Amino acid sequence: MGKRSRARPPALEHGAVPWLLAGALATAAPHAGHLPPWLSLLAAGALLWRSWLWQRRRRLPPRWALGLLAIGSVAGIAWQFHSVFGRDAGVAMLVLLMALKPLEMHARRDALVIVMLGFFLLLTHYFYSQSIATGVWLLATMTLLTGTLIRLHGGTQPVATIAREAARLLLQALPFLLILYLLFPRVSGPLWGLPQDAHGALSGLSTQMSPGSISNLIQSGAVAFRSRFVDELPEKTELYWRGPVFDAYDGTTWRVSAQQSPRPAPVIEARGVTYTYTTILEAHNQRWLLALDLPTRLPPDASLAPTLEAVASVPVRVRSRFTFASSPDYRANRGEVPATLAEALRLPARINPRSRALAQQWQSLPPERIVEAALAMFREDDFHYTLQPPLLGRDAVDQFLFETRRGFCEHYASAFVFLMRAAGVPARVVAGYQGGEVNPVDGYLIVRQSDAHAWAEVWLAGVGWVRIDPTAAVAPSRIEQGIVAALPASEPLPAIVRLDADWLRDLRNRWEAANNGWNIWVLGYNPQRQRELLSRLGLQDPDWQSMTTSLAVLCSLLLLSVTLWTLRERRHPDPAQLAWGKYCGQLARRGICRAEWEGPLDFADRVAQARPALAALTSEAAGHYAELRYGRGGEGHLRLLRDCVRRLSRERRNEV
Amino acid sequence: MRPLAAARRWLFRLGRDERLPIVLGQRRIFIVPTGAGFLFAIALAVMLIGAINYNLSLGHALVFLLAGLGLVAMVHTFHNLFGLRLTPGRAEATFAGDLARFPLHLENARGSSRRALEFSFTGQPSLTVDAPARARVTVAVPYATERRGRLDPGRVTLVTRYPLGLFRAWSYPHPIWSCLVYPRPLRTPLPTASSGTPIDHRRGESGQEDFAGLRPRQASDPTRHIAWKAVARRSDEQELLVKQFAGGASDELWLDWSQTAVDLGTEYRLSVLAGWVLTADEQQLRYGLRLPAQRIAPAQGTAHRTRCLQALALHGET
Repeated sequence: MGKRSRARPPALEHGAVPWLLAGALATAAPHAGHLPPWLSLLAAGALLWRSWLWQRRRRLPPRWALGLLAIGSVAGIAWQFHSVFGRDAGVAMLVLLMALKPLEMHARRDALVIVMLGFFLLLTHYFYSQSIATGVWLLATMTLLTGTLIRLHGGTQPVATIAREAARLLLQALPFLLILYLLFPRVSGPLWGLPQDAHGALSGLSTQMSPGSISNLIQSGAVAFRSRFVDELPEKTELYWRGPVFDAYDGTTWRVSAQQSPRPAPVIEARGVTYTYTTILEAHNQRWLLALDLPTRLPPDASLAPTLEAVASVPVRVRSRFTFASSPDYRANRGEVPATLAEALRLPARINPRSRALAQQWQSLPPERIVEAALAMFREDDFHYTLQPPLLGRDAVDQFLFETRRGFCEHYASAFVFLMRAAGVPARVVAGYQGGEVNPVDGYLIVRQSDAHAWAEVWLAGVGWVRIDPTAAVAPSRIEQGIVAALPASEPLPAIVRLDADWLRDLRNRWEAANNGWNIWVLGYNPQRQRELLSRLGLQDPDWQSMTTSLAVLCSLLLLSVTLWTLRERRHPDPAQLAWGKYCGQLARRGICRAEWEGPLDFADRVAQARPALAALTSEAAGHYAELRYGRGGEGHLRLLRDCVRRLSRERRNEV
Repeated sequence: MRPLAAARRWLFRLGRDERLPIVLGQRRIFIVPTGAGFLFAIALAVMLIGAINYNLSLGHALVFLLAGLGLVAMVHTFHNLFGLRLTPGRAEATFAGDLARFPLHLENARGSSRRALEFSFTGQPSLTVDAPARARVTVAVPYATERRGRLDPGRVTLVTRYPLGLFRAWSYPHPIWSCLVYPRPLRTPLPTASSGTPIDHRRGESGQEDFAGLRPRQASDPTRHIAWKAVARRSDEQELLVKQFAGGASDELWLDWSQTAVDLGTEYRLSVLAGWVLTADEQQLRYGLRLPAQRIAPAQGTAHRTRCLQALALHGET
């Protein structure tokens, strides 16, 4: 390169500024939903101010003023997030930078910084959403940012030309994306400890249950997990997906008991049909895997907790796939350890005296009859199933059983377990999901947060733990048909669950099947899936070396073909010459060859002598061609020349 | 240093281009990432680490798409120069201190345009042009002249960063090219005419109005000074007559090297002479030029002026 004169850095063209502002807006705007409102307003104001300065061709504000503004905003972010590091604060800082940098943009170099910032901001969108829509937005924004770079380096061009050029570049880049996506050796993160706020907004069941916690969850139509059964589906009434088991009660809240001593591994005897199925579990930041009651075979990195729920070794922080086998007909822990049974009988003292009194009347009955008595009470007395129960006070169970009698599954499960314990039957509350809906488009059973449920479990000597669902006694349709059927239309259920029109339901099913495919193939593409796919493609036992090798080979081949495709000489032959060539070719097949040096009119004369029949046509064609080549012939002559070619071939057919 | 220079010559195919047109093939185009390109690569690495750490599938997709975009941009930057045909044109002579412009005809035979082609001579200001599809354009590559004489501008550096600015492709076309640079003219009053009387500018200009008589025409007299009426009257005579004006305009003015100040150095003296030539030409005087090694007989007109300036430009050069 040698000595290159380093002149002033290239200045920023006035016409390039709107591209940069649009890029800043497109990359920063989707963050408005999770940024503090003052920051969104500040960013919007800064961009508007910059557009106004651009339109009026005003000078940019002085550096010190921007510096003050930046320091003030950073202080605001630090105050809001209690840090300037971490995920959300980092995103806020990037958005701030993106909004302020255009106000300090003089040279092309500053503009490049903005484009790079834009790429970074695009990445941060995926902290919050990785849906199909986000993917489409990624492509649109990438086109805009690529167009911005083209505008910066290529000068003024019509917007459509720039957009087409950007789209062409991205289209050529897509095959690289595909190869790299499939073959780049995947590492399962994280590489280092994630900040505290990394797994912020995840909904799902929690480690405790107080009145209202499940009815709150039910307001969400979000998907909790999807399952596909290898063969047939179990009965709807058997679809109990087991989550956390609560055996500690303090009068208001049920909790997962802290395990003091190691308990023996649970013993499950499966007695009937076994169902095999694969679950794609959404991230919920908890360890339980929501296997069907009760799992008999578990994926390798999972185990069965002493309270019979399947748990992973670490909290589920990304959408994950698990394969289970479950048997709805089982005998579990017939020989339960005394400590667990004692825990399942413990009640806080001096609360709910009326319920205790009721339970004590049953104490003399055998346990099965006690269960039956309690269920009969729920079934026969005036109990109501509702999402909006009245608030309960200190003696919550008493109030519920004898006064309000209106409640949701958590109230029924809680009251039932209280009665059982008071009557001397070991019992506990199990939370999870019940039911689900099959999407006919892809055959997956979708279980939503609105299918969240709580039920009870009692331990009977000789039988083990038996599931009792008091809600089923009150509202059988909840179990048989789902939450929508069990609740009146006035109850606040999410709209997505309560779709009446068939076509809407169909649309939702299609959309969710597309989402599921996206989840499996795009978002769920992890090291394990990569190995599976590559083995299926014939790459035996793929390790990172063989992957890198094939990656390099494929990328080189692709680059080579893009290069050849781009650099190939594109010949654009003159259409007149093409038509005349065709005409002469047809004559050549009849034995009259035009010499390379022979002009059209000379050739026509020769043809007239050799084949008088073709004289008129050839002279006409030669005339048009000569006019096109040497005269001022236009489209009309070209059309007539082509017409001559057609007439000649027709004449030939007539001859034959 | 010598083998290094030889290696550079070989690698970059330095040397004059004898064959025309100059076609930019793959052996003549070089390409490296720009600073922005390196920044882009670093940004991609950081983003990839972020995507792995937070397990962002779309983040992986974004990084891979950007990586593909970078590779494709490299091909397109190369493509922007590939196959371009260059034919040098003749450069007009200029005065020292002015910009010499070396015309280069670009032929883009391709169906797509080539954008942001930046031409410059080493250490000289650059000029950026676009070459539309299937078209010829001419770029006048500027060279800020400093010294008089025959100027060899050296090789042209043709650079492009289009489309994304991540790569810089360049080529060194080196046409056989030269341009005559006249001395920088220094405007001083004209020297005394050969008659010995100094010529005053204003008198010289107004002198054409002061008719002083007729004399036989010489070959170098401008035709508009011919006294056609007088010729018509004296139709028997073969000779043409020209009008003579007062003010010594008809006197032969010699611009003489020896008239310039001896102690000011050759270049300065040449500048003074160049200034005189221009002034005398503007006043439509007949003037001759006397240099130590050359003598140009008095005459008038553009061709004469050019001849004089050339002689000044090449003074002392063989």
